[in-house]
Amino acid sequence: MTSAPPPLLTIGMMGNPGDSDTLARYREDGGYTALEKALGAMSPDEVAAEVKASNLRGRGGAGFSAGVKWGFLAATEPRYLVINGDESEPGTFKDRQLLERDPHQLIEGTTISAYALGVHHAFIYIRGEYPKPARRVQRAVEEAYEAGYLGDNILDSGFSLDVTVHLGAGAYICGEETALLNSLEGRRGEPRIKPPFPAVEGLYAKPTIVNNVETISNVPWIVDRGGLAFAAIGPETSAGTRLLSLSGHVRKPGNYEIVMGMSWRDLIFDVGGGIPDDRELKCWIPGGASAPWFVPSEHLETLVTIDDVAANGSMLGSGAVVVMDETTDVVAAAHRIVRFFAHESCGQCTPCREGATWLEQVLRRILDGQGRPADLDLLLDISDNISPGLRWPPAMTTICPLGPSAVSPVTSVLRHFRDEVEAMIPLDQGVPVG
Amino acid sequence: MTSAIAGWSPPNQVRAKRLLEAYPESSSAVMPLLYIAALEHGYVTDDAMREVSQLTGLSDAQVQAVATFYTMYKRRPVGSYLISVCTSISCYLLGGDDVLASIEDATGTPDGETSEDGLYSVEHVECIGACGGAPAVQVNYELIEGMQTGKVEALCAWLRDARPEVVIADEMQQLFGGRRSFEWGPPEPEGAVAALPAFDPYGSARDGR
Repeated sequence: MTSAPPPLLTIGMMGNPGDSDTLARYREDGGYTALEKALGAMSPDEVAAEVKASNLRGRGGAGFSAGVKWGFLAATEPRYLVINGDESEPGTFKDRQLLERDPHQLIEGTTISAYALGVHHAFIYIRGEYPKPARRVQRAVEEAYEAGYLGDNILDSGFSLDVTVHLGAGAYICGEETALLNSLEGRRGEPRIKPPFPAVEGLYAKPTIVNNVETISNVPWIVDRGGLAFAAIGPETSAGTRLLSLSGHVRKPGNYEIVMGMSWRDLIFDVGGGIPDDRELKCWIPGGASAPWFVPSEHLETLVTIDDVAANGSMLGSGAVVVMDETTDVVAAAHRIVRFFAHESCGQCTPCREGATWLEQVLRRILDGQGRPADLDLLLDISDNISPGLRWPPAMTTICPLGPSAVSPVTSVLRHFRDEVEAMIPLDQGVPVG
Repeated sequence: MTSAIAGWSPPNQVRAKRLLEAYPESSSAVMPLLYIAALEHGYVTDDAMREVSQLTGLSDAQVQAVATFYTMYKRRPVGSYLISVCTSISCYLLGGDDVLASIEDATGTPDGETSEDGLYSVEHVECIGACGGAPAVQVNYELIEGMQTGKVEALCAWLRDARPEVVIADEMQQLFGGRRSFEWGPPEPEGAVAALPAFDPYGSARDGR
């Protein structure tokens, strides 16, 4: 492992629990100096070049290069920047901490990014179940306006930016960027067919960049210290630090900022403190409910990087690590996750709307002791109809990845714990009627 | 336009006007305005949707399409205290189902229903981003982390007896909560005045000190 991680995102949050959300504290900790540097001494293109040089990859789930994404933004005006704070992937609570404890860092990152992108109106979309984070961000936005970090002619640079905080109303799918844009336009949160991509036709059909809260919260540091300094932290293709949310059967659940490249063993047993009461680790989800599961017999020495996790058939996704110990009924756990996706399907695409519901119902009857011997094949058949070939990354028959996400827990359980599923199927199936 | 909401409180009329101007296109104000309309009517009534369509210039059908898509727009009367219990994966692993069952017992209100006296509504919800403090519940969307079944009776009794006008996360966390996902930071006196997310631009937050 590399040396101790430099304090990046957690700088204000952890050090000053009493007032980390205030402008006074943020400035005392060196906040808004990156904005002064960007507006005072750098051109928009120079700022964008630093972000590109940093190799910063999106922290929302897809892990796409932020700098490359910015490069796709069409030149026509107006353009928009939308911050995705619709954090809803089960197991994920990192953005909540950034919103709640360090809102000025996000606002500074937003303002710098808007400057680089030539944007004059940015939106911070926060899920409706996060009223407290939304209040903190709203208050911070008002403070920033009063201090001249937002509004007209910011820091006498001639650059102007308005920021609007917008609350969602309970829909996981709005974390998908085109669904989020529809929602922000005042529509149902249904994903759009891509292309066109938001960078060309986004909000109000205008060029739009959608970035995750954690992604944008990294921008002040990158501008302050330089993109190359950021790129030098951690493995080449997983640069920078990363906030991981640990939950489930671990002694020390919480958000941890780590340099990528440690092993899963170190993450779960060292960082997370291991399993309560020294029970055995059974499996874990490495990157949110959408991700295929890892098991100790195969993956404890796998490295925690975007690419190593992908090479092993899963994803680091939203950074949510859900740990399950030996007492876990994995079929019930898989059902719980499938139920989530069935509930959150927007209903546009048949394979997702019907398939996720079927998966839920078949798992339900297995759990109820009503399973049939053919149900294991049926689960795989339904899964294959949602995501042909059952490979990773998943092939899609749907507009967005929600449908294939519902397949992950099912194939994980059938691959690693098939005997447990079979044991739930009653041997005596009776005699068919008629 | 404003005649449509002549029945709204004057501050909420001002908020509505501000929200319509906050976006490049007024259709974007639909979601915020539905929250205010729900506050004015108690839930998202047919009148509430009609008022929002008149404010934004969208058709009734367009507003209804939005109102029925999102789970937080309640289309039926909701209790003074909406208790939302997370039963998604991380809370499930640490006893969220037991917390839900004891809340149903303590309130006499099954999942998805409202008590006859209109005091409680109970619902199970999907992940609310409090997984490090599982199991978690929300009352009027104000969070309590580390909620154990042993504290459920006390929480429900407190809501019934103290009848807080403003529901504040910090207060409930201190009285009934346990392990948190992270240090919450500065005390937060603002809370919810109804079963809506407490956010001042939407009229639903108040200082409860």
